[in-house]
Amino acid sequence: MDLPLLELKGVSLAFGGLQVVSGLDLHVDEGEIVSVIGPNGAGKTTLFNLITGIYKPDEGDITFDGSSIVGLQPHQITQRGIARTFQTLRLFLNMTVRDNVMAAAYGHTHAGLFRAMLRTPSMRREEREIRELAERRLAFFGDRLMGYRWDQPAYSLSYANRRRLEIARATATSPRILLLDEPAAGMNPAETHEITELIGKLRTDGGYTILVIEHDMHVVEGISDRVVALDHGVKIAEGAFAEVATDPLVVEAYLGLGTTGTK
Amino acid sequence: MSDTTPGDPNAPALPEAEGPAVGRDEWVARHGERRLTRGGRLGEMEDRLRAVPWWAFLILFLAVASLMPAVEASGYVRRVGFDTAIYMLLALGLNVVVGWGGLLDLGYIAFFGIGAYAYAIFDSDKFGIHLPTIVAIPAITILGAVIGLLVGLPSRRLSGDYLAIVTLFFLELFETVMLNGNQIFGHNITGGANGILNVDPLSFFGHTLVTQHQGIFAVSYYYVALAVFAVVFVALRFANLSRIGRSWRSIREDPLAAEVMGMPINWLKLTAFATGAGVAALTGTIETSLTGSVFPLNFSPTVLITIYAMVILGGSGSQAGVVLGAILVNVLLQVLENPDQARVLFYLMIVVGVLATFRFTRRLAVLAVETIVLGFVIHAIVSAVHPSWATEGHNGFSGLMSHWVLVPENLTPWVGQVAYGVLIASVLGITLLRGWARVIALPPVLYLAAFVWENLMIPNPGPTRYIVLGLLLIVLMIARPNGLLGERRVEIV
Repeated sequence: MDLPLLELKGVSLAFGGLQVVSGLDLHVDEGEIVSVIGPNGAGKTTLFNLITGIYKPDEGDITFDGSSIVGLQPHQITQRGIARTFQTLRLFLNMTVRDNVMAAAYGHTHAGLFRAMLRTPSMRREEREIRELAERRLAFFGDRLMGYRWDQPAYSLSYANRRRLEIARATATSPRILLLDEPAAGMNPAETHEITELIGKLRTDGGYTILVIEHDMHVVEGISDRVVALDHGVKIAEGAFAEVATDPLVVEAYLGLGTTGTK
Repeated sequence: MSDTTPGDPNAPALPEAEGPAVGRDEWVARHGERRLTRGGRLGEMEDRLRAVPWWAFLILFLAVASLMPAVEASGYVRRVGFDTAIYMLLALGLNVVVGWGGLLDLGYIAFFGIGAYAYAIFDSDKFGIHLPTIVAIPAITILGAVIGLLVGLPSRRLSGDYLAIVTLFFLELFETVMLNGNQIFGHNITGGANGILNVDPLSFFGHTLVTQHQGIFAVSYYYVALAVFAVVFVALRFANLSRIGRSWRSIREDPLAAEVMGMPINWLKLTAFATGAGVAALTGTIETSLTGSVFPLNFSPTVLITIYAMVILGGSGSQAGVVLGAILVNVLLQVLENPDQARVLFYLMIVVGVLATFRFTRRLAVLAVETIVLGFVIHAIVSAVHPSWATEGHNGFSGLMSHWVLVPENLTPWVGQVAYGVLIASVLGITLLRGWARVIALPPVLYLAAFVWENLMIPNPGPTRYIVLGLLLIVLMIARPNGLLGERRVEIV
């Protein structure tokens, strides 16, 4: 197990003249929880879009489990075992909570259109498995997404529950690594605390490796094995939370230079 | 607060959570006490109806539909039943593309035409080919789906308006090719504007289904259409309840999220497109086997818009909804062909509309009295001055109405046209008025509407049908934006 599960080597991306990510090296080992921090516009979400194949890097290579995933379609990358949530929630709002999770099982199931129309025994068996999988994934969140909520449309959920459903949906793709984009954004302190616990449990009980973008430093401190700080698409610090949080470059990126302060 | 929570007996039991239960949510655990349901008899009925499975409704519907010819012996009504079944099939196919896939396909009717032409070419004297029905229908269905796939290929990356433009272009292309198909490299393939005639009727194992018994529509075709409808309905239902159906709906909701959740969206869009095309082609074969001929203009944008109206009115995305939409629109169009029925429908719509707006209030009474009196006063004055401007019928409802509304013997055409223009302007104007001002101003407008209806619209049933259908659609879209049986849809962030 020398090879990291996910590795980025010298990845760069520019939108026209704007260099969003430049020469980024990053690795995530199996079973690790790595946090990515940085001010708004640092390129954190772009990093996720690069890993999941929504953007193609201009330079550099991204390998997952030893093989390159650059140039693959996003759905192929997901099928290899990378799942993500979105910072700006992108649920299937007019589908039921359960259907949202069941839909995400597409990549590792097989019944095609004809088998569905004929409702063959193998298709029905698979359908039952998908349903059980979805219900297990939803049960992960305690009572929050249970019972009558299964058959309610996703738009009826509260904001915090939508965040939970996003995570449940991502886990239904049977990933090895979960990319969580600001899972605690917009949550109250109690819910934030709950999310912190939950991320830990996703690793211990779910067995997922986790790469997470987060602004809430309490969450970052609570969960991270390692923290990576980005600014203007460049990695400015990496290491344990205590080191990174006190790194002068990180402080500068967040607060500006002390000497030329804008007071 | 006691510890024991009185649970809702109807709530589904919570399965044992296998994972860790992070935080127990009292609010959720006690939802049963707070859930708002309709009380009393109505609520009970609603709950029971919800518990009935979909196939029970389908069987009930098919049973009622199969009994229709036993009750109604007229060939005309049976033929309308057949046409309605054809529309139901077309609406079901379009529902896959538009309702589930969320793809705005304006070329849909071309696939109906492809099925019809393919059947006409492979089962007529045109080229002397007579494929057995049992081979022709599945083969043409697959052909339609494959052509759908090919048309979809170049446009698979398009969505929304762009896809609509490309597919509309395909429909125009199809019409042009069929219209000029009598000289493709010097060969007459499609018969051009004259179409293809003498197409074979359906035949099963050497037994031919005649299309007419002594000049009357043979009811066997109605049953064939109904049987095909049942099969297509169930097959599409099963497709929707599978991983493919879920992925279609996911793409409709959010293509990017669907792609990132592992769904190959381009391929899935193509399958939705091809499934719709296959259903349309299948429908084309049945239609042509009965009518025995195809012409290019059978597949005009008018038919396309009618089918869209059915899907939207019934509730895009709901199978039962689009079937209901097909029945309502086709029956409505038939009713509007008959002036007497159309007249009843028109005045009924006005009465229902006024009732829905004013309910049983004093305003309604004032409005009704004012309208009726105004009509008789105008009628009395005009018939005293100019008797020929106020002819009076004697029989039935139209006779009754002609004592109230003016029906000149020979209406100068421009009067009708001006009245129509003034009517539209005053209807728009009345939407700006509120309260009693509206009650006072409405009767002249209603009278003008009746005048225009009797003198301009009744004599021209062709355009009138579509005007009334359009009005009905507008009213319905305001009242129920998701169609009659459509689920509530939201687009919030």
